Amino acid sequence: MAYEYKPFSYVPPAGLTQAEPRHAVAIVGAGPIGLALAVDLAQRGIRSVVLDDNNVVSVGSRAICWSKRTLEIFDRLGIGPRMLEKGVTWKIGRNFHGDKEVYSFDLLPEEGHKYPAFINLQQYYVEQYLVERAQEFPDLIDLRFKNKVVGHQDLGDAVKLDIQTPDGLYRLEADWMIACDGAGSPTRARMGLDFSGQTFEEQFLIADIEMEQSPFGDADVPERWFWFDPPFHSGKSALLHMQPDNIYRIDLQLDAGADHKAEAAEDKVIPRIKAIVGDKPFKLDWVSVYRFRCIKLDQFVHNRVIFAGDSAHVVSPFGARGGNGGIQDVDNLGWKLAAVLKGEAKAALLNTYHEERSFGSAENILNSARATNFMTPKTPIEELFRSETLRLAQDQPFARKLLNSGRLSLPCSLEGMALQTPAAAQVAPGRALLDAPLISETGNSWLLNEVQGDFTLVGFGDVTLPDLSGIRRIGINQRADHPCFTAAGNHAIRRYGSGKAYLFRPDGHVCAVFDTPTEQAVLTAKARALGAELENAA
Amino acid sequence: MSIEPDRLSPVQDEFYQALMAAHAGLDETESHALNARLVLMLANRIGDVNVLTQLLQSARSYSND
Repeated sequence: MAYEYKPFSYVPPAGLTQAEPRHAVAIVGAGPIGLALAVDLAQRGIRSVVLDDNNVVSVGSRAICWSKRTLEIFDRLGIGPRMLEKGVTWKIGRNFHGDKEVYSFDLLPEEGHKYPAFINLQQYYVEQYLVERAQEFPDLIDLRFKNKVVGHQDLGDAVKLDIQTPDGLYRLEADWMIACDGAGSPTRARMGLDFSGQTFEEQFLIADIEMEQSPFGDADVPERWFWFDPPFHSGKSALLHMQPDNIYRIDLQLDAGADHKAEAAEDKVIPRIKAIVGDKPFKLDWVSVYRFRCIKLDQFVHNRVIFAGDSAHVVSPFGARGGNGGIQDVDNLGWKLAAVLKGEAKAALLNTYHEERSFGSAENILNSARATNFMTPKTPIEELFRSETLRLAQDQPFARKLLNSGRLSLPCSLEGMALQTPAAAQVAPGRALLDAPLISETGNSWLLNEVQGDFTLVGFGDVTLPDLSGIRRIGINQRADHPCFTAAGNHAIRRYGSGKAYLFRPDGHVCAVFDTPTEQAVLTAKARALGAELENAA
Repeated sequence: MSIEPDRLSPVQDEFYQALMAAHAGLDETESHALNARLVLMLANRIGDVNVLTQLLQSARSYSND
């Protein structure tokens, strides 16, 4: 059944009739990125005001593929289990050439993880869950719908925002302004920041259809099916995904010169869908036609204005790197901004948000540009290499690996960057946590639940952890006067090794690894992760 | 044909991108010439006539698909 949109209520803001208090953080945009950031900050006790020009969740499913790492972050933010329950879990991708399957992949072949490789869940559900989660923090999150930011000015140590409401204009000041206002970011436009990059000529039609029977045929499986040159859409490519509520996502490549308005019209779309699903009845739920772009800002942090999500970077969608990349921005920014606001770190720490996430988004852009180039050969010679790769892929394993219908989002590694203390380890400093199941006398848990949120020192096997204020301690396969767990199925020990202590940052990335975690060594590593060794340029 | 073990991953995407970049801006004749040079250079790098003969036969065997 199609989603029922319920508008959020607009409440005339205080600023219309009296002076606004000084806000710590103003978040522009109540999409998944802005809302997730507000929740992350609230969980750290930081207040924010969230300003959105609209009053409904995302129209159309838009971002649907949420990766394992994103789900782990959403778990920390309190909506992971709800997303998992509602979403369609999948891990198998199949590539077809014509009507023949040429290659399939299993994205999570191993056991012992709380979350699967991917779920499909419409963006409107994610936004709804985030709004409901945000409403659990009435004292910390001030959600203001139909509050459109129409101007802003960086005052050096604060930002002044001009906000239009149905009842008129008002102003507020905030220590920090976070622009989560999407690919067309008005904040970015107002600042005149260059946002140019690679735009692909080809256009894609995206359609959500609602149908009782499965377009996956008799298999009726939650998988990702991709076609090079499908029998129903000759010479182009196509992608099929299953979503909750009997909604299916179909992506079809169009001609470069296609008229996007005409292509989005029902009389044009319906025959294309019928070519795929045959005579099975279906209903069109949402249609969009767009061009791929791969662009990022040169700098994500502009003094007191910080960009996160699509306002900072856009990628073509094959690879599920847009929404997932944005959530990783939030995960990276939330604890740093909170630390700066609490006086635990210098403002220079925020420059590492740029360093780490600009790197992550460049990686996403590289991967999605490669996939898009493979999918849309531009010259006869590119066409020739593509078709011979497909031919060899019938039986040559190396050629199957060359087929690129999107390399799906993996957690970004921050190895070698400023905040990490280098060490040789199975999970090197910079990498995101690898989840593992844990058992204790009081109940079962997952490593991600014990580690994320605060600086946490985890001892695996025979290693003694020092007692330090501000650092949580967890033991695995050891006995000590701090919480201890047994590695279920030995997964945790296999993944991290034994006789090692790992220091995790609040976003669950490893920042140091020790054989002998002395007080001094751990404190130094923690200070480094909080930016102690950075020049304070801000 | 003979099945070759995959030796290209995990750098396959990087290679493919570089290959396409090498052809960028060339017309078809120039691209074919580049491919011919590349085959000859790869043959020299492999340097084993038995391996090369096997690869030639294998590549040829797909032609009549």
